Amino acid sequence: MHVDEATVRRIARLARIKITDAEAKGLEGELSSILDWVEQLKEVDTENVEPMTRVVPISLKQRDDVVTDGEKAAEIVANAPMSEDDFFVVPKVVE
Amino acid sequence: MTDLTKLTLAEARAGLVKKEFTSLELTEAHIKAIEKGNAGLNVYVLQTPEHAIDQAKAADQRLARKGKAKPGELEGLPLGIKDLFCTEGIRTTACSNILDDFKPAYESTVTQNLWNAGAVMLGKLNNDEFAMGSSNETSAFGPAVNPWRRKGKTDKLVPGGSSGGSSAAVAADLCLAATATDTGGSIRQPAALTGTVGIKPTYGRCSRWGIVAFASSLDQAGPITKTVEDAALMLQVMAGHDPKDSTSVDAEVPDYAATLKDGIKGLRVGVPKEYRIEGMSKEAEKLWDQGIDWMKDAGATIHEISLPHTKYALPAYYIIAPAEASSNLARYDGVRYGLRKPGKDLIDTYEETRAAGFGAEVKRRVLIGTYVLSAGYYDAYYLKAQKVRTLIKGDFDKAWDKVDVVLTPTTPSPAFAFGEKTGDPLQMYLEDIFTVTVNMAGLPGISVPAGLSKEGTPLGLQLIGKPFDEATLLRAAQSIEDAAGRFHVPQRWWA
Repeated sequence: MHVDEATVRRIARLARIKITDAEAKGLEGELSSILDWVEQLKEVDTENVEPMTRVVPISLKQRDDVVTDGEKAAEIVANAPMSEDDFFVVPKVVE
Repeated sequence: MTDLTKLTLAEARAGLVKKEFTSLELTEAHIKAIEKGNAGLNVYVLQTPEHAIDQAKAADQRLARKGKAKPGELEGLPLGIKDLFCTEGIRTTACSNILDDFKPAYESTVTQNLWNAGAVMLGKLNNDEFAMGSSNETSAFGPAVNPWRRKGKTDKLVPGGSSGGSSAAVAADLCLAATATDTGGSIRQPAALTGTVGIKPTYGRCSRWGIVAFASSLDQAGPITKTVEDAALMLQVMAGHDPKDSTSVDAEVPDYAATLKDGIKGLRVGVPKEYRIEGMSKEAEKLWDQGIDWMKDAGATIHEISLPHTKYALPAYYIIAPAEASSNLARYDGVRYGLRKPGKDLIDTYEETRAAGFGAEVKRRVLIGTYVLSAGYYDAYYLKAQKVRTLIKGDFDKAWDKVDVVLTPTTPSPAFAFGEKTGDPLQMYLEDIFTVTVNMAGLPGISVPAGLSKEGTPLGLQLIGKPFDEATLLRAAQSIEDAAGRFHVPQRWWA
């Protein structure tokens, strides 16, 4: 599966990672060779095989629907690069 | 006094109980060894000596207490913690620049279990960035160094990865034991390359809460230790159900140490023919045969088995793991924690932040993951890989009718030099060829040191067990350790 440079740029945009021209060139080859290599899965007959959803067969536990945590706004924003009055601050989104 | 850092976890525990030394003495001996050795080995990315001394003093008080209150299972024992475990108020980075100076407001469940049992933290250990790597070379702090060297050489060798700081620190006696995590082999491969023991328990045995996520359906925590007995002691404390991780299993954790020395008479050992791959070193193959003989001599029966989908485990892994990683790592956006590189608008800020914060291997995997999950490709890649995963697990389910454990080499070859495999990502990925099936099937696996290569560097054997049967796995591993003996680094060049 060959991935061209335009595809690399499109994926990088979807992944929200800015890449330089040199990186895009390098990734074109690297991603293509990795995707070529995983192509071998096509040899496997998976007709009538269920995809795995969980490796250990357990049913999810349920607990009472009560509040067990919270009231810690200061702790939550403590690591934020920028915050104000317990809010995260980001560049303006809506004009 | 003898060098306290050379003790095993079990020996140190016995010495503390018998009052031969205090936890403070034991902890200070390790702090001194780290001060001397860390410049050369780069195993600790953060040293916490003051924190360790406070914990050691508190442990000594509990050890001195008379009456009914018993000390903890790991009372006063100094450990290293992989920098993937969140530690409250103590910098946790996953060895990535994107987490910057992140100080968690909470403690991971596994480390909390250790502190509840009285253990002491010496510091945070190096690893591949976000646990993505097999040589520790992707760490933002630079690689940890293997204390082992090739005979007569001084070239630096990799300690394996991703838990390379953990494996190197244990091999160099810079902690009694260490926590580690394993997504495709990140506990077992570094253990094999450093002559240490590493066990990845069954998926669900240890809580993943508070561990920086890589691929959530594959990640598991486990210990790297000097001996099999130490692995049993430490896993005992790390394991257990946690309401905060819905994939952690609510099942009794058996007393692993109790059955460790029961021997393996009558144990059925499977040897999968598909693991005899091209490219395996002669010495790894010879050691595998040696392991078969050792287990036979100890009373086990050997059975050839077939795991026909083995070949497809690694390519399926390199779809599933990056897919889950691309989703998990979406949280690093420069808004709530970690690094922020301001851009001209919000999206630009995300893109600049992630470009500056992630290293090359992490970017590569996030991009692969994004691609295989993107519109039009999901069925061809991700769904296909999950179907192959069902077949891989099915191979093992069939094998368990015939055998109790499976014996394989841990890695195709011993420790390699820095830079030897960084040029080609696929070459590095092949390091996990024998370990990754175990994660795909959610099974427990252990690596035990079993011999030395002709270069004088360690090689390991891997045992794979039935789900939640770590007790049998540890007992089988003990039989290999009994036959092979322990392997010590011949020269402490870093001290």
